[in-house]
Amino acid sequence: MSLRNCRSVKVLNISPVGQSKTAGEFFELKLERTDWDGWKPGQFVMIRPVGWELDMLWGRPFSLCSGDDESITLFIQAVGRGTGRIAELSPGDMVTMWGPLGNSFAVEPDVPTLMLAGGIGIAPFRGYVEQHPHPGNLSLFLAHRLPLDCYPYELLSRAVQSRCMLEAKPADLDCIIDTMRDLIRENAEQGGLILSCGPTPFMRTVQRFAKEFGARAQVSLENRMACGVGACLGCVTKDGSGHHVQVCTRGPIFWADKVEL
Amino acid sequence: MDMQVNFGGLSLKNPVMTASGTFGFGLEFAPYGDLTRLGGFVAKGLSLKPREGNPMPRIAETPCGMLNAIGIQNPGVEYFVTRALPMLPWKEVAVIANLYACDAEEFGELAGVLAGEEGVAALEVNVSCPNVKEGGVAFGQDPAQITRVTEAVKKKAGNKHVMVKLSPNVTDIAVCARAAAEGGADSLSLINTLSGMAVDVRNRKPRIANVIAGLSGPAVKPVALRCVHQAVQAVDIPVVGIGGIASAEDALEFILVGAQAVQVGTANFLRPDFAFGLAEEMEALLSDIGAASLDEFRGSLQLPL
Repeated sequence: MSLRNCRSVKVLNISPVGQSKTAGEFFELKLERTDWDGWKPGQFVMIRPVGWELDMLWGRPFSLCSGDDESITLFIQAVGRGTGRIAELSPGDMVTMWGPLGNSFAVEPDVPTLMLAGGIGIAPFRGYVEQHPHPGNLSLFLAHRLPLDCYPYELLSRAVQSRCMLEAKPADLDCIIDTMRDLIRENAEQGGLILSCGPTPFMRTVQRFAKEFGARAQVSLENRMACGVGACLGCVTKDGSGHHVQVCTRGPIFWADKVEL
Repeated sequence: MDMQVNFGGLSLKNPVMTASGTFGFGLEFAPYGDLTRLGGFVAKGLSLKPREGNPMPRIAETPCGMLNAIGIQNPGVEYFVTRALPMLPWKEVAVIANLYACDAEEFGELAGVLAGEEGVAALEVNVSCPNVKEGGVAFGQDPAQITRVTEAVKKKAGNKHVMVKLSPNVTDIAVCARAAAEGGADSLSLINTLSGMAVDVRNRKPRIANVIAGLSGPAVKPVALRCVHQAVQAVDIPVVGIGGIASAEDALEFILVGAQAVQVGTANFLRPDFAFGLAEEMEALLSDIGAASLDEFRGSLQLPL
């Protein structure tokens, strides 16, 4: 396991992404990197702006999206009180960050690997593509509700075979589900690997088709968390045998046949 | 400044402990700091048999606080003794086991299992968890039961220090404090969480599956201070202050009203290294405000005549 720690780090940059109606709804947050010895795609960090004082107590968990030796980048959607306030950070502000936390997506360099992303669930796949030794074996499917330029899709589509579908009306959802079914069946026939990240209904769909076609699939969960280190027991899910396990330390990645969604 | 604290046979190198349920079995926090810098830590509540705890959702953030209804999810005392305890640096830091059971007899049995464990410095008796249906807060609200449970634990605890953790969800905390002292408690710790609730007007549902949950964090500190103050007045045994401590100053407030030591709970979630430096910060603040020593400062609150 890589070294973990908790440090106050500087915001290097914060920039809105895309043209969604709410300004700043999607944004990239670039933070000073701390002295970790590495991180793996699928892992996450907890961040808590120093300026929050005691109003909001918990840090917020975010997938590590991308990074280099000097910085890490998080891809965030402002949806609530916490992410809304994080969106107001400016370069130079200090943020308490602990991580890298949790386990990571399986990497099988020579196996056809299908990445299934629901909306903001695309975040960890940017790092996955950047760190994968044979991106030629990767393919991406993105199901999204907001305009495509809100997501780092174009960037990824230059590196790997990609496809996306917009959910604008209820009928679109049926098409998306049919497409996921076809993609999962195809991947299973090739003896491939499926990685998925998105809203819970999205991952239930992955789980259902993976079971139907005998595909090997992983799902990334994002339950509400207080501590991120396995102590508060607020983020638990049920494992394959019905026992509560912490998503933050036993996940966030689970094999689809070993978790109850 | 000497920050060591000794009470009822329990020896702590400083007055900072971490509170049960907020610090796992300690090992979860080892990547973020040296556990032996703490005065002690109280492990996650243990029951005789493993417990799955309550359904999700279990936690909600509230203004300057949080609600939780975990329901004493734990792998059972056997796991703690055989798997966790041997991994902990108990020779250098006081490891305190927290006990949860459904009746006095079961509390006694649990104490019996832990009494023979060299690595356990003390037993904290949870007569006050609001998140479980049987036992828990029902004990904590009935002085006769508090006495009975304390007696049952003391009888089986051998030479272990027995700390009784009290609920604030009572009419008169002084009565409960005296009930625990009467049962033979070596010390008291308080407060456990305040019974609370949060709801969502959009989906018209409770925010916590258990509906009722326990409130903790800075929001409860004034209530905690009042309870500790009243308990200190009511009994002669030492009192450990718990409730919303998020700074060295907060911790010293509890010492000022007479607490021997403190436990840090929800603040461990603000950042996982929070508790490790707190004793040093308390020491620096004591010097700053001109206190001669921790002992001199303790209980020196000047009340109106």
